[in-house]
Amino acid sequence: MAKITEFPASAKFMHWLSALLIISMLFLGVSMIQSLATWQHTALQLHKSIGALVLVLVLIRLINRLFMQIPALPADLSAMQRFAAKASHIVLYALMLVIPLSGWLMQNAAGLTVSPFGILNLPSLIPANIKAYAVFRELHGLLTWSLFAVIVLHISAALHHGLIRQDSVLQSMLFRFKNK
Amino acid sequence: MSTSPNKKININKRYSLIFVVIAVLVFSFLYAAGLFGNKDVTAQDFVNLQQSAKPYFGFRRAHAKGVCLQGEFIANGALAPFSQSSLFQAGSNTFTGRFSIAGNNPLAPDLAAPVRSFALSFTTTDGEHWRTGMNTPPVVAVRTPEAFFEQLTALSPDPATGKPDPSKIKAFFQAHPESATFNHWKQQYQATSSFATEQYHSINAFYLIDAKGQRRAARWAAVPQATDKQPENAIANAGPDALQLELAARLAQQPVKFDLMFTLANQTDDETDPTVLWPDDREQVNAGTLVITQWQAQQDGTCNGITFDPLVLPKGIEATKDPILNARGAAYAESYRRRAKETLLQQTNQPQQGAH
Ligand code: HEM
Ligand code: HEM
Repeated sequence: MAKITEFPASAKFMHWLSALLIISMLFLGVSMIQSLATWQHTALQLHKSIGALVLVLVLIRLINRLFMQIPALPADLSAMQRFAAKASHIVLYALMLVIPLSGWLMQNAAGLTVSPFGILNLPSLIPANIKAYAVFRELHGLLTWSLFAVIVLHISAALHHGLIRQDSVLQSMLFRFKNK
Repeated sequence: MSTSPNKKININKRYSLIFVVIAVLVFSFLYAAGLFGNKDVTAQDFVNLQQSAKPYFGFRRAHAKGVCLQGEFIANGALAPFSQSSLFQAGSNTFTGRFSIAGNNPLAPDLAAPVRSFALSFTTTDGEHWRTGMNTPPVVAVRTPEAFFEQLTALSPDPATGKPDPSKIKAFFQAHPESATFNHWKQQYQATSSFATEQYHSINAFYLIDAKGQRRAARWAAVPQATDKQPENAIANAGPDALQLELAARLAQQPVKFDLMFTLANQTDDETDPTVLWPDDREQVNAGTLVITQWQAQQDGTCNGITFDPLVLPKGIEATKDPILNARGAAYAESYRRRAKETLLQQTNQPQQGAH
């Protein structure tokens, strides 16, 4: 197989789209749970809809990931760094899946149906139950805050590759608009 | 890897850049999450105030004392031209409901509360939900959550005396002339001896959306069908759970019924202002009958897991921009979060016996 140096365009596109959506969702989530303002209700509807969209997007991304060839990490990375890179990517994917799922389950536990953008009703996965609500509400909070922490590490590492080591890692996920 | 001559010189600048990017990201997230305070009154501030310094773990932070209800709504179809919700097509749907009294104390004597409530939760076969919490007053005293927060603060017991300070209450109402309609209602209101003989109001207005997507602002009320209305002193000696006992006795005899009456707004009515009454001549539509057949103690009852968040609406009803209405969602969710967590962890901190 020929060596590639960049992610395929489809992967880049889904990476940056989900990054944008997820970071917006994190900020929206922590603001809306405090807010008594009139935008809060609309924001919450949007939060649930975009959350469901993220779930679909992440599933597509993961399937895409299984079938594509990805660029190798630079040869001079230590075993420790390789492990950290792989592990953090697995954690990111896992959180991106489990967080929207916990949101969905939280709503079902509260006796509500999730209906993204009012288009369709997602099935109820569990019956209404206040203890289950507590579990998924607290999980949603804990996992989203953990995701934020992992995202901070991820961005720090990406910038370290791009600006300090100046290796191929950050480049491999950027779109190139100039001809080489 | 090639090493450019500029690289070493720039390295500190590059580290600083990374530091600044990360610092801005982390700071703005913590700021959004309210860790550095919040200039507005938050849902958490509200619930802290409502629950007071000693919350009753596992209970709702407002309207803490109540009973669960089971029943059905028999729609007559009269509202169907105004709302596309399947709930209003002629036919019936079951509901879980709750009668409660205002206040944060699940052990409070029933007859001491200034406000009584009736809440309903519907799930239709097509997966739609409708929740509503209605109170005995037809209006609230103020227009915004900030003013409502001030009102609750003024009405809260003074730590020194254990009683609300009358001068603060007076000052609050003087500063809020929009409370006149509420105060007028309060003066003429006479509490009755039964949950079944009160009238309960949505207070906030909503939009009804018809099959063509046209909207019309409306309020609704549960109007009692029971005709045996008596002043509350008829049950004055029945103890702290007087209303609950009366309800149990009544339901053992026959179902408790209410008409679900909608009042439709005119162009001139401001649907975002919950402090004003609409004139008497507004079109009224009786949508059908609420028939309550069973009750249960709340803690293990079917309503305990439900938060009667009035922003949970079916297709065919939408929220208006009423600031009081929109403030309710986040506050109800915060109360739900707290009591759900305490229920899961089986935390208790108050004597539970006698609590219904
Ligand atoms: C990318 C996916 C998602 C992210 C990043 C996200 C993020 C967040 C965050 C940060 C919060 C505030 C949590 C806290 O500080 O305690 C939150 C709250 C919430 N999320 Fe999500 N969320 C996602 C998906 C979903 C989905 C799919 C649903 C439901 C269908 C959902 C429903 C909710 C609800 C209802 C709340 C508010 C709970 C309350 O009022 O107490 N979220 N979310
Ligand atoms: C039009 C004005 C309002 C009406 C008619 C109203 C009515 C009700 C009713 C009937 C309940 C009891 C529901 C039940 O039985 O579970 C309730 C609970 C509650 N109310 Fe209100 N309310 C109003 C305004 C507000 C506002 C502005 C706030 C705060 C911003 C608020 C905070 C709460 C909270 C935290 C609960 C407890 C929710 C739970 O844990 O289930 N309410 N309200």
